[in-house]
Amino acid sequence: MSQLTIALTKGRILKETLPLFAAAGIEPLEDIFKSRKLTFETSSPDIRFLILRGTDVPTYVEFGAADVGVSGKDMLLEHGSSAFYEPLNLNISRCRLMTAGIVGQPLPAGRLKVATKYVNLAKRYYAQKGRQVDVIKLYGAMELAPMMDLADEIVDIVDTGNTLRANGLEARDEIAKISSRLIVNKASMKMKHQQIEALIDTMGAVVEENAAAV
Amino acid sequence: MNKVDRWLLPDGIEEMLPLQAMQIETLRRRLINLFQRWGYDYVIPPMVEFTDSLLVGLGQDIELLTFKVTDQISGKMMGIRADITPQAARMDAHSLKRKGINRMCYAGHVMHTKMKAPLSSRTPIKVGVELFGEASLDADIEIVSLLLETLKEASIDKQYIDIGHVGIYRALAEAAGLDDEEENALFKLLQTKSMADIHAWIDKHVKDADCRSWLSELPKLSGDIGILNKACELFESAPAEVNVALEELKAVANMIAKRYPKAQCYFDLSELRGYYYHTGIVFGAFAPGVGNAIASGGRYDHIGEAFGRARPATGFDFDLTAVAKLIPAVDERVPGIFVPLCDHVDYWTTIQELREQGERVVCGLSSQTRADEGQFCNRELVEKDGILAVCELS
Repeated sequence: MSQLTIALTKGRILKETLPLFAAAGIEPLEDIFKSRKLTFETSSPDIRFLILRGTDVPTYVEFGAADVGVSGKDMLLEHGSSAFYEPLNLNISRCRLMTAGIVGQPLPAGRLKVATKYVNLAKRYYAQKGRQVDVIKLYGAMELAPMMDLADEIVDIVDTGNTLRANGLEARDEIAKISSRLIVNKASMKMKHQQIEALIDTMGAVVEENAAAV
Repeated sequence: MNKVDRWLLPDGIEEMLPLQAMQIETLRRRLINLFQRWGYDYVIPPMVEFTDSLLVGLGQDIELLTFKVTDQISGKMMGIRADITPQAARMDAHSLKRKGINRMCYAGHVMHTKMKAPLSSRTPIKVGVELFGEASLDADIEIVSLLLETLKEASIDKQYIDIGHVGIYRALAEAAGLDDEEENALFKLLQTKSMADIHAWIDKHVKDADCRSWLSELPKLSGDIGILNKACELFESAPAEVNVALEELKAVANMIAKRYPKAQCYFDLSELRGYYYHTGIVFGAFAPGVGNAIASGGRYDHIGEAFGRARPATGFDFDLTAVAKLIPAVDERVPGIFVPLCDHVDYWTTIQELREQGERVVCGLSSQTRADEGQFCNRELVEKDGILAVCELS
């Protein structure tokens, strides 16, 4: 059997991903959270994990450097590649991708300034709405941008909405519902389909059990 | 651009240095020879032609990939070919006008405005075959067999191919009454195999319960030959075209399994590569280490119409540039003979004789009295006691 490489998103998503893999019988052989390593052997001799930043997971899978990945739908929408499949919604790390602005402040006429880390996604969304926008790429703390008059609106993921409220912002339109997805490189799917389909089936069963338990 | 970065090539544009260039050229020759042994005639289509003929019936993907220039003579728009298939179709329909079956092969550069896949070349060399005039499965089987033979010839030990049929989705979309825009939207979702999104879309847009269940099953139907039987059961009451397509797939699968038992075939009923111009069986070939198809093809029965002659057609093209990167380059040159500068006429006769025997003979120039690394020689032609002899290079 050939080696299967699975790229995982570190941080909050990882904490919710590992129990799913554990329930499917795939566990890292050492504690990922206590190690500085980036690759981990697992209890399945033919499977190894890579631990990456969320934005890098689609890239690894697209290039075929990893066969399978776990990535937030927000990253996939932004990446916009057709080089992988996303056969399974893992239903974890759920949140919403939304626009937000200063409470009660109407949008100016004409071109909008939008601050976001999702540049492609924001352009597509506002174009669909018929609005021409100038997108400002930021890497964090989007909530600051409207207050400092850097932007009229922001596009960001919203979980509880507490950070928005604490900064005088309101969530406006929902662009998409976000959750983590299992993605698969298209060529890997064709060449290692027995291994990958078995993985999708097992993981799918775990996700369904979880959904039933809620 | 200053002197420091003047040597830079654009993204996706590469040059081939001697070792790699020779490797690609050797493989190109071997493949053309292979195609000729199968009865395919070699043709050289032009690098550019009018977009009127080059882009006919190919869909938007190819149009965006095509570099366009204005013809200074006619004022018309010309395209630099991004795909050789429509050129072959034009040559078959108009230039050759053969009555019966026509088999053609070609090799050459195509040019892409952007990279088709990450890190792929924007000027790949494609070699390919096209078979015109045969509507039956015999042609599809011949072309898939020739693809597998091509992979073998290219020293790809383990052959992976995937096979699908665009007729299945097309018939189901028609049965579900999807308009062009809807058909396109669902097509894009199918390419992601995102079950959650596909089911949500189908629930919203497809009213008929049967069609809903058929379309929902489609993305799950991928895997080894067993899925074809499963599909036959699921689609038993589906439109007749679906079952015809499945029978075609089975026939091709069985024949290929007999002819090439070692090849790994993967079937995927929602793999719709080249959906906009293919009309039947479509297929691709994969290799470990390459994230996208190294060869792809299928049936395209309508393109000839635009040139006044609809002809059944199928074929494939093979990305020589991508494949060459997979095979370790081996220096197959035989070291040559160096001849120090000498204008004596006897030398010239001997040199020509040696060259006719197939030797690499490098003549020294005024500033080059000794062979160096660049000449790749291990012997030299020297005069001993009035006789010319080839000796080991000292």
